[in-house]
Amino acid sequence: MAKQRLPKTPVSVASIGKAIMKDYKRNKFKYLIVLPVIIYLLIFAYKPMYGVIIAFQHYKPFLGIDGSKWVGFDNFIAFFNDVYFFRLLKNTFSISLLSILFGFPAPIFLALLLNEIKNARFKRVVQTISYMPYFISIVVVCGLIKAFSQTDGVFNDIIFALGGERSNLLSVKENFYPIYILSGIWQSIGWDSIIYLAALAGIDQEQYEAARVDGAGRLKQMLYITLPGLLPTITVLFILRMGGVLNVGYEKILLLYQPLTYEVADVISTYVFRKGIVEANYSFSTAVGLFNSVVNIFFLMVTNKLSKKLNHTSLF
Amino acid sequence: MKQKQSKGDRIFTILNTLFMLVLVIITAYPMYHVLCASFSNNTELVANPGLAFWPKGFTTGAYRLAFQHPLILSGFKNSILILIFALPLNMLLTLFAAYFMASKNLMFKKVIVFVMMFTMFFGGGLIPMYLNQRSLGLYNNLAALIIPGALSMFNAIICKTAIENLPDSLSESAYIDGANDIVVLFRIIAPLIMPTIAVVLLYYAVGHWNNWFHASIFIEDNKLLPIQNILRSLLIMNQDALGGGELSGNGDRFDSYTETIKYAAIIITTVPILCIYPFLQRFFVKGITIGAVKG
Repeated sequence: MAKQRLPKTPVSVASIGKAIMKDYKRNKFKYLIVLPVIIYLLIFAYKPMYGVIIAFQHYKPFLGIDGSKWVGFDNFIAFFNDVYFFRLLKNTFSISLLSILFGFPAPIFLALLLNEIKNARFKRVVQTISYMPYFISIVVVCGLIKAFSQTDGVFNDIIFALGGERSNLLSVKENFYPIYILSGIWQSIGWDSIIYLAALAGIDQEQYEAARVDGAGRLKQMLYITLPGLLPTITVLFILRMGGVLNVGYEKILLLYQPLTYEVADVISTYVFRKGIVEANYSFSTAVGLFNSVVNIFFLMVTNKLSKKLNHTSLF
Repeated sequence: MKQKQSKGDRIFTILNTLFMLVLVIITAYPMYHVLCASFSNNTELVANPGLAFWPKGFTTGAYRLAFQHPLILSGFKNSILILIFALPLNMLLTLFAAYFMASKNLMFKKVIVFVMMFTMFFGGGLIPMYLNQRSLGLYNNLAALIIPGALSMFNAIICKTAIENLPDSLSESAYIDGANDIVVLFRIIAPLIMPTIAVVLLYYAVGHWNNWFHASIFIEDNKLLPIQNILRSLLIMNQDALGGGELSGNGDRFDSYTETIKYAAIIITTVPILCIYPFLQRFFVKGITIGAVKG
């Protein structure tokens, strides 16, 4: 690759033109290579971003974006006054915060314990098996949850053996969150632990030696060396996770919920799906989706700021 | 003092090992259950669908019928067609994006990379995406499931980092020999980052293979549905109609395998992936770490 720097001063139209020509001559194949990528992104990423403006319209497909009527914030106001607004907000926050509360620490916990396994082969086998659920499709996972939750299914056999009552678990609304969150942990705990294991591999081994000399047991080493060593990774992932606080994925909920559990299971994204795709209420559902994104960005900013103040780690 | 600690450590080791064994059982049991159920006798399975440690009765009939089931077959065919067309497109765009991001001394690199990265954090959301795709005619055809998901910037960043870790001298000597960037990318760089490409291909393949949502909103014709949507009909919506008379034309035979055929279908769609990923496992760490650090 050519080494010379582009001339920075003096800046004149002629020199800029010259620099562009030179850049083009040297790098034309690189720009040619990136061209399909840019075209792709314009069509499938930027065009839908522009399409968000229908949130401020009364969009009719046959009129298009140019022909549809502008209505300002009407769609947003309609959503805030929607009978389901508070229920959706409550459900979305509940599912998300519970997932963070239980799901976020789980892989850290697993990584810490895996790190203490000294037999390399056993460790590898456990890891391989723990990744497996991540590769099982969400349809199959939900299909199994459904089959296992039947009155005479696997879950009920276990509950019965432990002295509980049999019931159709999925149609009881109190069960929805535990099922949703536990199955989520089941599916991703192994996969999510990879990043923490990688961070653990980077911790200076001499610290452990020193701690052993000072008489610290393995539990203490874990608390005072390993956990602090993981903190930067934990912080970054936590900020990212908080940035998606309202992103409760619709796929799993669409597959699991039923009229009996709508009251606790219906979240913003499933509402967008029903209003938009099923009822073709395009402008309204786009507004709901945009509201969702704005709240997410807000939480990302707040968490980022807090973390910058508290432990000097931040994304931006 | 020293003795006491090593005793505590020993207890910890035992508990930890036990915990791992429990984890392994909880993780693996569901698939084992599916395997047992798929070989079970349908009547016995319907009568007692709970905990099982071996097949209830033994028959391979569910598999034989699954491979004759018209919608399972067409689902398989569609999913494989999607992979055949999507994966080369995925890899091409991903390598293009990665190669550009890894290049140096480009005047417009910053702007263009920003244009690319921005899409990772902001999107139009479900409805604008849906409307955009319909307006492009990507509706009720397999292209609707191939073209829109052609590039994941996350995967491009994984490849970019792999390219950056190669020594510059490789491409430099190729330039001296008169090669252009396209030749350098495909002849020199791509072969050297094969492990990364394999992992990224796995991510794309799993993504396509396990996707059901897009087909559920973009495909109307049952014959065009990919395998996950067929599974969804069988498992979630409990459509016995899929196996019953109307669609297959030989309902009697399917009726005696209503439950077991579901489990056979799960096995034949899921096992291929479960057999591939362990071979690429050692490359996962790199990819994931890079992906998360990018911020």
